[in-house]
Amino acid sequence: MEAGQKAVITAQGLAAMLGALKARGYRVVGPTLRDQAIVYDEIAELSDLPAGWTDEQDDGHYRLERRDDAALFGYAVGPQSWKKFLFPSVLRLWHSERKPDATEVTGEPDPGQRFAFIGVRSCELHAIAIQDRVFLGGPYVDPHYRSRRDGTFMVAVNCGEAGGTCFCVSMGTGPKADKGFDLALTELAAGSEFLVESGTEAGAAVLAELPRREATAQDQQAADAVIARTAGNMGRTMRSDDVRDLLLRNLEHARWDDVAARCLSCANCTMVCPTCFCSSVEESSDLAGVETARTRRWDSCFTMDHSYIHGGSVRPSGKSRYRQWMTHKLATWVDQFGTSGCVGCGRCITWCPVGIDITEEVRAIRDSEAH
Amino acid sequence: MPDADAIQTSAADPMLPRVARVRRRRRDGPDVWTLDIDPPEGFTYTPGQFNMLTAFGVGEAPISMSGDAAKTGRLIHTIRAVGAVSSALTRLGAGDAVGVRGPFGVGWPMDEAAGHDVVVVAGGLGLAPVRPALYRLLAERSRFGKVALLYGTRRPEEILFRAELEEWRRRLDIQIEVTVDHAVGDWYGNVGVATTLIPRARFDPLNTIAIVCGPEIMMRFAALALRDAGVAPGSIYLSMERSMKCAVGFCGHCQFGPVFVCKDGPVFTYDKISRLLSLKEI
Amino acid sequence: MEIEGLERIIGEHPFFSKMEKHFLDIVVGCAKNVRFEAGQYLFHEGEPADQFYLVRHGRLALQINSPGRGALTFQTLGEGEIVGISWLIPPYRWAYDAKALELTRAIAMDASCLRGKCEAQHDLGYDMMKRFMPVLIQRLQAMRMQILDVYGTHA
Repeated sequence: MEAGQKAVITAQGLAAMLGALKARGYRVVGPTLRDQAIVYDEIAELSDLPAGWTDEQDDGHYRLERRDDAALFGYAVGPQSWKKFLFPSVLRLWHSERKPDATEVTGEPDPGQRFAFIGVRSCELHAIAIQDRVFLGGPYVDPHYRSRRDGTFMVAVNCGEAGGTCFCVSMGTGPKADKGFDLALTELAAGSEFLVESGTEAGAAVLAELPRREATAQDQQAADAVIARTAGNMGRTMRSDDVRDLLLRNLEHARWDDVAARCLSCANCTMVCPTCFCSSVEESSDLAGVETARTRRWDSCFTMDHSYIHGGSVRPSGKSRYRQWMTHKLATWVDQFGTSGCVGCGRCITWCPVGIDITEEVRAIRDSEAH
Repeated sequence: MPDADAIQTSAADPMLPRVARVRRRRRDGPDVWTLDIDPPEGFTYTPGQFNMLTAFGVGEAPISMSGDAAKTGRLIHTIRAVGAVSSALTRLGAGDAVGVRGPFGVGWPMDEAAGHDVVVVAGGLGLAPVRPALYRLLAERSRFGKVALLYGTRRPEEILFRAELEEWRRRLDIQIEVTVDHAVGDWYGNVGVATTLIPRARFDPLNTIAIVCGPEIMMRFAALALRDAGVAPGSIYLSMERSMKCAVGFCGHCQFGPVFVCKDGPVFTYDKISRLLSLKEI
Repeated sequence: MEIEGLERIIGEHPFFSKMEKHFLDIVVGCAKNVRFEAGQYLFHEGEPADQFYLVRHGRLALQINSPGRGALTFQTLGEGEIVGISWLIPPYRWAYDAKALELTRAIAMDASCLRGKCEAQHDLGYDMMKRFMPVLIQRLQAMRMQILDVYGTHA
């Protein structure tokens, strides 16, 4: 079988898929329910998925609600993204030992485990591709990202529910997964039937092992209808063709003072954002200074430390740091990596404690120009 | 973009330091020390590039090379102790291990400068990152037109590499002008900011490459003064500095508008960054 | 003979560059040649500011004396530059010392003579002001950078 194969599977087929992936040695991770949110964690079996749950998302608002069906993927995205696996929040880079005749530095080895991601949304596929460009696409390659990214098996899901803060349609990143997956699922009948499409030979090989039936034209139409309904129910919109230029010519706009009065610099947005990649490093040492290590951890441009040089931060005001985040995400990212840094997942809107909405900020600046 | 041949930091893991040994250190001013390091094997760089130096157990800092790039057996770094890491680096002595990652960054326009007059304007510790350029200018003197070094610092005691400057001053083929912000007692040299030296420098503004390095305020005003003297903004080169944790474009700290100071710079032409320089807290 | 020579010398100094001849003819009447040996003071803080100087050759240090720290030099000036602006405004007193660091030749312009001539002929006065403004402004801008102590560590 090759890419482009389609079939319909049941929940049983999905369970078999998990088994097939485990048998191939993948560490299978996907959405689970914990602490009143949907978070990515190990999936041992199908029942680990949050069947029958949906989420209610809005500015600074996230609640899980019971559905009246048993859909396995009837929610949008939670506070975490797949970067927690590919770009871990804490990672030792190397350790050193001072021996009598020499100091030796040893890098961290490849963890030697491949991931299978279950339930990757289209916006998330785009986000992963964006981080690929950051860590793999430049003159230097991050081997820690590469070792985790190479050989990751992606089971995408075409969203059946548009999230309350979603705007993938505006950003051109969904809701239909069009590339970057091994298999893509569309949930047809809540929890019981899925249209599966293979995107690679590896995906096709797994599909070939599953109990399935042929996909008919009706199945495809049903899937298309699901996706169309999702696309029509986006929680937010943002005109995205002109954002880079709009923001770069408005770096001194009064709106930045306005948002600064609300922003707490809590850095939630950067932690939940699937493309944010800033990091910092810390050096540690034993008391004798014989064994030392360097650890990388997530960082955020909202910290005073982020731009600290010569006894001061280059961006001491909250306003400048909010401006930095938003103009990087939507404008200078284009100069750096050729695409927007935003995939329209809405996480920053949902998880902002004061409900700052990036689409509203853009709209406010754009509308002010019309007057 | 850094030239592929110059990427000697481990291609397999650009975050992994190579271990080098300090041969000796020398005090070059109040809080300023120069480390003479036995470089990692095969290490080469171009003027204006920098390394990430690790003081094991303390941390890592970006430090420009300040020696002669043509002398591949020696790696020289001039460091000012301003924080925990730089202070730890300045305390390293003969035989101590130091971690080296690099060379990183886009350096000074030594090739572009051929056939031009070259004006080097340096302030304070900014003389250290331009010294490799001066060594190259003097070693290949016939490739360039008039060469002038305009150097300003706070006080006479803080003049960096003073003996070397006096030695260069005795040459007939380079103009050396030094000034200080203020002086007490026995100082018979110039007093005033470095920009006041520009009208005195001998160069043809229409055929000049300017190399500017120092505190950002000083570079901003020096670039304006050079531009007002007739040097094209695209011929004025500045070396920017920002917080750096990785030097390879991963950590995001060194962003300056759209550019990463570590890999798109640290050397930039004034026309490319003049707008960014005028924006506060960018 | 003396006056013709002076007129040419003044006209050649960058400060009076391109000044119209009839103005030069007027100001030359206030001018005389002066010379200072290395270490000699042109004037001291507090003394009447009765002239200003066009430096032809040499170098001067502008200093303010501080008990315990001695003479603090805040600026040096040389060939082609002018020394002295306190003569422009009452109380016409020098605010610092000026000392020659090496043999210095200059033209001294008598301040009250010049003030008188500018008062009598406002066009001349305006021309002089236009020449002084750039000098004052450039010195002000340069002073700002010195005050900011940009080379200091601001940890």
